[in-house]
Amino acid sequence: MTFTRRKFLKTTMSASAALAAPAISTRYAFGAEDPIKVGSLLDQSGAIASSGVTMVTAMEQGIAEINEAGGLLGRPLQLIQYDTQSNIQLYSQYAQQLALKDRVDVVHGGITSASREAIRPTFDRFRVLYFYNVLYEGGVCDRDCFCTGTTPAQTVEKLVPYAMKNSGKKAYILAADYNYGQITAKWMTKYMQDNGGEVLSVDFFPLDVTNFGSTISKIQEAKPDLILSALVGGNHVSFYRQWQSAGMKDQIPIASTTFGLVNEPSTVDAAVSEGIYGCYGYYEELETPESTAFVDKLKKRWPQIPYISELTAATYEGLYLWAEGVKKAGSIDRMKVIEALEGGVSFKGPSGEVKLDPATHHTVRNAYLAQVKDRKWNVLETFDAVPPSDTAMVCDLSENPDDNQQYVIDIKS
Amino acid sequence: MTEPVKLTLQCVAVLFACVVVGLLPFYIDLFELMQYTLFCSMAVLALSLGFIWGFGGILSFGQTAFFGLGAYSYAVAAINFGDSTPAIGLAILIPALFALALGYFVFYGQISDVYLGVITLTVTLILFNVFNSTAGDAYTIGSARLGGFNGMPAVPTFNMPFDPSNILFPEQSWYVTGGALIAIYVGLRLLLRSPFGRVAIAVKENETRAALLGYDPRLVKLLVFVIGGAIAGFAGALYVNWGAFVGPTIFALSLSAEIIIWICIGGLGTLVGPIVGCFLIEYLVSQIGTQQAVNSNLVLGAILVVFVVLLPKGLVPTIRDGLLALGRLGAGRSRRGDAARGHEIVDEGPAGAQPAGAE
Amino acid sequence: MDLAALVALNVVNGAASLVLLCLGLAIIFGMMRIINLAHGEFVMLGAYAAVISANAGVNIYIAMLIVAPLCVGLVGLIVERCLIRFLYGRLVDSMLATWGLSLLIVGIVTTIFGNTMQGVPTPLGGFSIGAYRTSWYTIFLAAVALVVLAAIYGVLRYTRFGLVARAVMQNPEMAAVLGVNPARIYMATFSLGAAVTGLAGGVLAPVSGITPVMGGAYVAKAFITVVGGGAAIISGTTSASALFGLVNQLGAYFTTPVYGEVILFIAATVLIRLMPQGISGRFFRGTI
Repeated sequence: MTFTRRKFLKTTMSASAALAAPAISTRYAFGAEDPIKVGSLLDQSGAIASSGVTMVTAMEQGIAEINEAGGLLGRPLQLIQYDTQSNIQLYSQYAQQLALKDRVDVVHGGITSASREAIRPTFDRFRVLYFYNVLYEGGVCDRDCFCTGTTPAQTVEKLVPYAMKNSGKKAYILAADYNYGQITAKWMTKYMQDNGGEVLSVDFFPLDVTNFGSTISKIQEAKPDLILSALVGGNHVSFYRQWQSAGMKDQIPIASTTFGLVNEPSTVDAAVSEGIYGCYGYYEELETPESTAFVDKLKKRWPQIPYISELTAATYEGLYLWAEGVKKAGSIDRMKVIEALEGGVSFKGPSGEVKLDPATHHTVRNAYLAQVKDRKWNVLETFDAVPPSDTAMVCDLSENPDDNQQYVIDIKS
Repeated sequence: MTEPVKLTLQCVAVLFACVVVGLLPFYIDLFELMQYTLFCSMAVLALSLGFIWGFGGILSFGQTAFFGLGAYSYAVAAINFGDSTPAIGLAILIPALFALALGYFVFYGQISDVYLGVITLTVTLILFNVFNSTAGDAYTIGSARLGGFNGMPAVPTFNMPFDPSNILFPEQSWYVTGGALIAIYVGLRLLLRSPFGRVAIAVKENETRAALLGYDPRLVKLLVFVIGGAIAGFAGALYVNWGAFVGPTIFALSLSAEIIIWICIGGLGTLVGPIVGCFLIEYLVSQIGTQQAVNSNLVLGAILVVFVVLLPKGLVPTIRDGLLALGRLGAGRSRRGDAARGHEIVDEGPAGAQPAGAE
Repeated sequence: MDLAALVALNVVNGAASLVLLCLGLAIIFGMMRIINLAHGEFVMLGAYAAVISANAGVNIYIAMLIVAPLCVGLVGLIVERCLIRFLYGRLVDSMLATWGLSLLIVGIVTTIFGNTMQGVPTPLGGFSIGAYRTSWYTIFLAAVALVVLAAIYGVLRYTRFGLVARAVMQNPEMAAVLGVNPARIYMATFSLGAAVTGLAGGVLAPVSGITPVMGGAYVAKAFITVVGGGAAIISGTTSASALFGLVNQLGAYFTTPVYGEVILFIAATVLIRLMPQGISGRFFRGTI
C-alpha cells in the first residue's frame, strides 16, 4: 500500500478544513431560486410530543406565510423537520444531519433544556445559527444561539408577588426534579423572600412520580398559605387531581410556572384547574388582533390542536424574528444575520411586540398574569416589554462575543 | 461447516471490515461518517451484552448501567484532566469495578434467570434516579458539574494519547471507533477460543456439569460479567466522544430494552449478530424520524412484532442456516445416495450440540 | 396521631395501587412465564377506555369497573391469539414482541386520539382526619384492590377453571393428556390478566395524567414487585406490594420522593438477593 502517513494526514487535514467552513464552501453555490433551508428539531412522538406537535404546526404555518408573501430575499423557504422522538441521542444525530448533510441555514428547535444543551455545541462547532423558542430557566450565553422564550425574571417575578397578595406569606414549593425545576424553585424562593414571604419547604419530584399522597400529607402538616408549583409533564398532572380529590383545592391556592403550558386547563376537570394562577408570555385567550388571527389560522388548518400556548407562539415569533434578521442583513450568511439581529430587530406577533436583546440574545417581551376560570385562562394583568434581567446579570455578548456556555445564575436571596 | 473453513471465513470477514473502516472516509460525506461512528460505538455496547448473554448465559437488563457509568466517568475525568487518555482508562476501570461488586453480590448469591435481570434493571433505575437528581450545585466532581437531567454538555472529545492540544478530527474518531469495534470483536473471538472461553460456554450450557468437572461457575460468570461491564464502559466513552454530551437518559429503560432488541434481531449466541442488529435498528430509528406521515412508535413497534413472529432466531443464524441448507442441498445433489445422507446426519450432530460456538 | 393515621392511609393507598398495577402482570408472568413489557400500555388502554366512555356519558363507576376491564380483556384476547400464543416457552422472544407491541399500542393511540386526553373528575369527595383532609378515593382504591384480590383468589381456589388453570401451568402435557385444552386455558388466563390490568388503569384514571405514554411510569415498578413477590400470585403480589408500598411511601414522607424511589429499588435488590424465589417462595410455599 502506498498510502503514507504524510499523505493520510494531508487528506484528513484538508477534509477537516472543509468541515470547518461548510457555510463558505457550499452556500454561495446556490442560485437565487434555490430554497433557503430551515431546520427544525421537535418531538412528535414520545413523552414530550404533546408540546412538540403543536410547535411543528407553528413552524409550518410561519413558513407557509413567508412563502406566500414571496419568500425571503426572493427565495422560498424549505422546512426540514425531524421527529426527535423524545430521545436525546436522536437530537444529537439529527443536529449533525441538519448541519452537515442538509446544510440548513438556520435551526429552530429543542424543547427540554437537556435537548438544547445536547445540540447547541453541535451548531456552535459547525457554524449553524440556532434559535431555541421555549421558556426555560435562563442563563444561556452564546452568540450563535437566540433564546426567544421567557425566563424566570420575566414570569416568576410577576407571579409570586401577585399570588402572595391574594393568599399569604407562607409558601410550599413543588418542582420537577431537573434543572428547570431546581432553578425555578430558587427563583421562587428569592422572590418570596424579596416580598417578605417565607418558604416552608421545597420538594422535588422525578418526572415519573404519579402518586402524590405522601406529599399532600406533608403539605397539610406544614400549613402553607400558597403552593408554588413547577411540576412538569403528564405524570405530574396527577398532583393537581389528587390535590383536588383530597379536598384541598379550596383551602390553599396554587400558582404555577408550568401548569397550562401544554394544555392542562382543557384536559383536567374544571374543579381541578379553577383558580390556579399562571404567568406566561402568551395565552390563546389574548384578544389582540395578531393573537386572534394567529389562533384562527392555526385552528382552521389543524382543527385538532388542543391549546396554543407560549411554546407555540414563541416558535412562530422566533421564526419571524429570524426572517426579520435575514431581511435586514440582505443575506443568509450566518454572521451577517447575527449582526443584523444584534442591531435590534423586533416583530409584532401574537404575544405583542417581541424585541431581541443584543446583549443576551434573549427577548424583551410582554408577560401576562392569568388565572384559570372555567377551564380557560382569564388574563388579569399585562406587563409590557419585560427584559430578561436574570440572564442579563451574567451575560453580555457585546462584551464577550466568544462566550458560549449556560450560566447557573447565582441567586442571592 | 468444518473448523478451518469457519476460521478462514472469520479472518476474511475481519480483514474486509478493516478495509471498510479504512476506506469509508474517502467515499461518504462527513455526516454519514459521524453517524456510522455513533453506530459503531453502540455496536460495541451491543457486543458487550451479546457476549455475556450469548456466551455466558447472563441476561442483564441493565447493561446501560455500565455504559452510562463509563460515559459519566469519561466525561468527569476528561473535564478534570483535560486529557482523554486517562479518562478512557477510567471509563473502562470504573464500570469493571462496579460490575465486579454487583456480580459478586449476584453470582455468589446463586441468583440466576429472570431474577438477575430484575436486579440489574433496578440498579440501572437507581442510577437513573440518582444522576437525574444531581441538578444542584452541590453535585460537582472537581470542575465537572453533573448537571442533573440536562446532563454534561461540551465534554472534551478524544485527543491523541497524552497530547490534549491535538484533538481528533471526525475522520480520526471514526478510525478509533471502527477500529475499536473490530479489535473488541477479534479479542472476544480469541477469548472464546481460549480455555477460559470454552469453560464459559460450558457453564452456560450446564452449570451443574461444569461444577462437577471442577470449575467454579460463580467465578466464571463473574469474570464474564466483568469483561462485559468493561466493554460496555468503553462503549460509553466512545459514545461521549461522538456526541460530546452525556445525560442521565443514557440509563433509561428504553435503551436497555433496545440493546436486547438489537441482539434478538441480529441473533443471540453469535458475535456478528448483535453488531448487525444494532446497525439495522439504529439506522431504522434515525430514518423513521425524518418522515412525517406516520407516528414513529407505530412503525418501529410493527416491525418488531412482525420480526419476532417471522424470524424468531434472528437474522444472522437464519441466514447462516439458510446458507448451510443450500450448501447441503447442492452437496446432496452432486453425490446422491445413502452415504451422503449419512454424512449429513453426522455433520449436523455437533453443529446442533454447540449452538453457542457456531458462527 | 391524626398525622400518623394519614400517613398510614398513604401507605395503604400506595400498597393498594401497587397491588392493582401488579396483579395482572403477576397472573401473566406467574402462571405463564411471559414477561409482558406492554403491561404499562394495558394500564394506559384501561385508563383511556374509562375516560372515553365516561366522557361519552357512561356512569363513571361503570366506565371504570366494567368498561375498562372488558375492553382491555378483549385487547388481551386478540393479542394472545395473534401474537403471544406463538411465543410460549420463549421468554426472550416474548419480551421482544411485547416491547414492540407496547410501541405499537402507543403509536396507535397517539394516531387516533392525539397526545392528550380530556380527563375525568375524581368521584367522591374528601374527608377529614382531625385537622387533615384526604380523599375518599384512596379508601375506594384500597377497597377495589381487596375485592379484586378476593375475586382472583376465589376463582383460582374454588372454581373448576382455577383448578384446571393451575394444573395447566404446572404441567401442560399432563393436563392435555387428561383432556384439557391448554391453548384455551392460556388464552383465558392472558385475557384475565389483561382485564385486571385494564381495571387498574380504569380506577387510576381519575387520579392520573392521561397521556399515551403514561404506561412507561408503571412497567418497571410492577415488574420488580411481581418478581419480588415470587411465583404465588395472590400472596406474593400482596406481600411484595405491601412491603414496597410501605418502604416507598415512608421513604417519600421522611426524605424526598426521589429517595422514596431509590429506597424502593434498593429494598427490591436486597430482597431478591436474600430470597431469590421471592417472598412467597420463602414464606408462602404452596399458596396461590
